Amino acid sequence: MINKMDASFRFEKALRAIDRLEAEKIFMESCSDTLPSIAAELLISSALERIGDDWVKGKAALSQVYMSGKICEDLINSMIPPTETVLKQSPRMAIAVLDDFHLLGKRIVYSTLRANQFDLIDYGRRSAEELIGRVKEDRIEILLISALMLPSALKVAQVSKDLKQAKVKVKIFVGGAPFNFDDTLWKEVNADGMGINAGEAIRLVSNIKGGKV
Amino acid sequence: MNSMERVLQTMQHKEPDRVPLFLLVSMHGAKELGLSIKEYFSKAEYVVKGQLLLRNKYNIDCINNFYYGPIEVEAWGGNVIYREDGPPNSGTPFIRGPDDIKTLKPPDIKNTKCLAKVLKSCSMLKAKVGDEIPILGVVMSPFSLPVMQMGFDNYLDLLYGEPELFEQLMRINEAFCVEWANAQFETGSTAIAYFDPVSSPTIIPKDLYLKTGFEVAKRTLAQINGPTATHLASGRCLSIVDEIAETGSSVVGVSALEDLSALKSACQGKLTILGNLNGVEMRRWKPEQTEHIVKECIAKAGLQGGFILADNHGEIPWQVPDEVLHAISDATQKWGNYPLDWIESGE
Repeated sequence: MINKMDASFRFEKALRAIDRLEAEKIFMESCSDTLPSIAAELLISSALERIGDDWVKGKAALSQVYMSGKICEDLINSMIPPTETVLKQSPRMAIAVLDDFHLLGKRIVYSTLRANQFDLIDYGRRSAEELIGRVKEDRIEILLISALMLPSALKVAQVSKDLKQAKVKVKIFVGGAPFNFDDTLWKEVNADGMGINAGEAIRLVSNIKGGKV
Repeated sequence: MNSMERVLQTMQHKEPDRVPLFLLVSMHGAKELGLSIKEYFSKAEYVVKGQLLLRNKYNIDCINNFYYGPIEVEAWGGNVIYREDGPPNSGTPFIRGPDDIKTLKPPDIKNTKCLAKVLKSCSMLKAKVGDEIPILGVVMSPFSLPVMQMGFDNYLDLLYGEPELFEQLMRINEAFCVEWANAQFETGSTAIAYFDPVSSPTIIPKDLYLKTGFEVAKRTLAQINGPTATHLASGRCLSIVDEIAETGSSVVGVSALEDLSALKSACQGKLTILGNLNGVEMRRWKPEQTEHIVKECIAKAGLQGGFILADNHGEIPWQVPDEVLHAISDATQKWGNYPLDWIESGE
């Protein structure tokens, strides 16, 4: 029987050191006595949340957040059979950057959510008009928007207004540097919430599933 | 004292007549001239006119000959995407794989239109202001430029996974950076801002920085023929202050995410602090609030010089209104005069 606390600690340590082989080894060990999807929940969710929280506190770097998410995303994609990858039965969810050419934030949140077995569509970079069209067409229930540039963050207001006017029932969650530097900005642009890091994206999405938002 | 004397005095960690103010407004020049951002940056003459107007309007202690970050990418053959309400972005990365690094050639600075334009405005500004006020030039660090050259995620993958290719790219970028900085000195820049956000502990852990960005900065700055200011573009720096000083920089741009008092203690006698007004929040500040924030910054970092008041990102957002910029300038004039006796009297 693998000591779960010990495995969790070692897994997080391996992620922080960007030691892919060690992370894979610990994950495999954990899978020896439980389903991969359960092992993923035990190891991956908490590790990524703690690394994300430490980034906000200045105790971890963005490169560690990115690489950790990527390692975990690869683990999920390669080690859990496709039938198990949507076990959480996510709401219909998509992620995009809005008129912004900085894609790293979106990539990190996407990896983190996938590593936590959420299913979501990656819209890539979109104009406000394109994004609104896709949200309607795909009947998206949760829209995550990542922004690095202030003008892009401000454009969320237009997306929110147009979707509300069209009576589209979608929750908009935002994240990225402008929102981190001004903690009232998400309200100003009429988002439904903001995540200061990728771990908070997991919490926001989980709250929707749990009916808390 | 004129602006040059004021800045030099504070950089010697001595108190000048007043805290110098570097209000790093670049795009606002377009507003002054009634031009779009794209039009404004299309001619050196516009930038010269805009900077001189802004300097006088807000009593700024530097001339900022900075156009936009991706101008270097444009010089390397990448595309730049303009927008009406913010700085231009770099478009699709032009390094798409290892072979592109192996065959990469830096641009010929004097024969590259966009860079020649920057050099032209620099020499025109120098002719106008002489030695009365410092002219700031800007380079992207060789270590941070790849974010625009190849995309942030691809660059982090390279940094962690391809050490030899990474070194190859650094050598190419270093040669370009040195030549670009020195060309700006030759045409009149007083100092160069070395923009290096990837070196910030916000972006990479310190142990990786020591093996990469730190070494790149030491090699690069040693070949630049003038004073440099390392700017981490609102990233944290507290844990690498000693290393930044060791690279040869004399100024560090600090983040609003870190406490200015702690930064002052860490930088005392080693580095002049440039910062740390929150440019994103600034957009919605009220005049009284602005005065309070400026006063607080001066109280935390102003004593014994070694402090220049500025925003924390190195570029004031387009959305920041005139009244806030005036309020910052007025508050600096009101509370920044040395000696700062009001700090001890608890005013």
